Amino acid sequence: MALKICVVGCGAVGSLFAANLATLDDVEVWAYDLARTHVDAINRDGLRLTGAGEVVGRPHATSAASDLPSCDFGIVATKAMHTDAAIAATAHAFADGCVATVQNGIGNEEVLARHVERVIRGTTFPAGKITAPGVVQWDVQGDTTLGPFEDQPAPFAEVERLADACTRAGMPTKAVADARGPQWRKVIFNAATNPLGALTGLTHGRLCERPDLRALASRLVDEGKAVASAQGIELDADPEELIDYAARPEVAYNHKASMLQDVEARRQTEVDYLNGGIAEFGRRLGVPTRTHESIWALVKGVEASWQQ
Amino acid sequence: VAEMRRVCVAGAGVIGSLFAAHLSRVAEVSALVRRDEHAAALGRDGLRVSGRAEFTGRLTAATLPDALPEPELVIVACKSLDLDAVAARLAGHWPGAIVMTVQNGIGADEVVSRYGDWRQLTSVTFMSGTRHEDTHVRYVLDTATWIGPARGTTPADARAVAELIVASGLKAEAFDDLRPAQWSKLIFNATVNTVAALTGLPHDPHFAALDRPSDLGHLVRALMDEGKAVAVAAGVTLGEDPWEMNVLATERGSAHYPSMLEDVEAHRPTEIDMITGSLVREAHRVGVPVPLHETMERLIRAKEDSWH
Repeated sequence: MALKICVVGCGAVGSLFAANLATLDDVEVWAYDLARTHVDAINRDGLRLTGAGEVVGRPHATSAASDLPSCDFGIVATKAMHTDAAIAATAHAFADGCVATVQNGIGNEEVLARHVERVIRGTTFPAGKITAPGVVQWDVQGDTTLGPFEDQPAPFAEVERLADACTRAGMPTKAVADARGPQWRKVIFNAATNPLGALTGLTHGRLCERPDLRALASRLVDEGKAVASAQGIELDADPEELIDYAARPEVAYNHKASMLQDVEARRQTEVDYLNGGIAEFGRRLGVPTRTHESIWALVKGVEASWQQ
Repeated sequence: VAEMRRVCVAGAGVIGSLFAAHLSRVAEVSALVRRDEHAAALGRDGLRVSGRAEFTGRLTAATLPDALPEPELVIVACKSLDLDAVAARLAGHWPGAIVMTVQNGIGADEVVSRYGDWRQLTSVTFMSGTRHEDTHVRYVLDTATWIGPARGTTPADARAVAELIVASGLKAEAFDDLRPAQWSKLIFNATVNTVAALTGLPHDPHFAALDRPSDLGHLVRALMDEGKAVAVAAGVTLGEDPWEMNVLATERGSAHYPSMLEDVEAHRPTEIDMITGSLVREAHRVGVPVPLHETMERLIRAKEDSWH
């Protein structure tokens, strides 16, 4: 019997999973998204990826949660502030399944666990952007890591089954017992760089060229590492390396962080789940996160200025 | 105490224009400006004030001191970024005059003192307005200018100038020692200007909000606490408490647009160096850590960088 996987939130990252998984014969893929034009284009022409990989997948796309069959797995890929609404609408499809998050930030697993029983902690590095309904520019390939969510874990064999499907589909994915290391590395990287771009308007490469801002990013990294370490989390690599690697001309020098893109388009940002997440964990653990708190407040202030 | 019948206002932006127009009602006023057409327009049309007062002041104007009558009082009202250039143009002129600075931050007196042996007064102004054109300024906030003695002057000189300004229809107050007031304003300005410039918010109730962990009031208060620690170490007893000034100002109802926010929106160079820069330099001199002000300074400088 085919494995049924539903991608919840079919933006750029969700589309990468949905299109690739839909190329497998033994997997039936559903794509749930509220953007009707995207859903209609996928059902009419398939979901097309271009760039880092040329793929056309044919998932079943829908904007109506009641269309979803009972699924073995969910992969939640919405922006972090939409997690609760998205999983509340779709939870019925995962009554017997397991749900993974591949979203940015921390705190998503806790939200999923309020609606479904078995949760998988996840972090993914591939990135892209939707260029037209049904068409996604695949910018960056990268690995995904999945592991059972400690509070409400999915069985490890199930985590391995989902990782295997993703890997066979062309999205290299590892199943690990403790997925917090890669997640915190990515959260710290994002929280140390995205808001600096959003507040100054500089691309990743240009902010790394300014020694004063690069040092500010390091201050944010150090606070993030202290919060991770207080929880006994071992980072799988140093976020500093990722910052310098991404600043290379051939990698992401000219990349405008997603938070800068959000600010320019006056869309709510994910700062609550990045700097806000680190600050909240810091507060609970008694670890000072003065710089994250300040950056968090400034970005929330930017969002508030749009209401003026 | 010298009698002050002739006053020269150097720099006719908002503050300079408000001084020049009002003082022209009680003294012979000249304006030293940067552009020939500005000087010609002021000589031809006078300087109109609207808002809290409605009148047109008459004055002479020129781009060089040689073309102006010798004054007893010079009010240097240019932006701090232009201070060196304006002081250089005054060098060698009017040795008998008292020169009064009104720039934001601390350090303007010292800059002026490098260009001549004038006797000096120092001041901070809380009045504000909007410039509509070269010959029209709108008087918005009728708050006071505070004046104190500096090199070679006495409290009596400060009182004489304050009386002249009050007679002209503006508010002014003389102090025996201005440093407590100057530092209160510096801490207030360094905080409110940078937070407004980075968030896009005018100085409104967001700046005093403390309900949620991400509310801006926490950052505002922490920046002010850093500033207060510097003042203590520098041996200055503050006048008004900057946090109370902040709370009062945000309760006033009409949100004020700090000049740094206007500069950022117009992609003009800001006064970061004279405001936060002077506070950070003083902090380093007295050995007090100011990581949050350093963060704000770096973000503003990087934002300026992003326009190029």
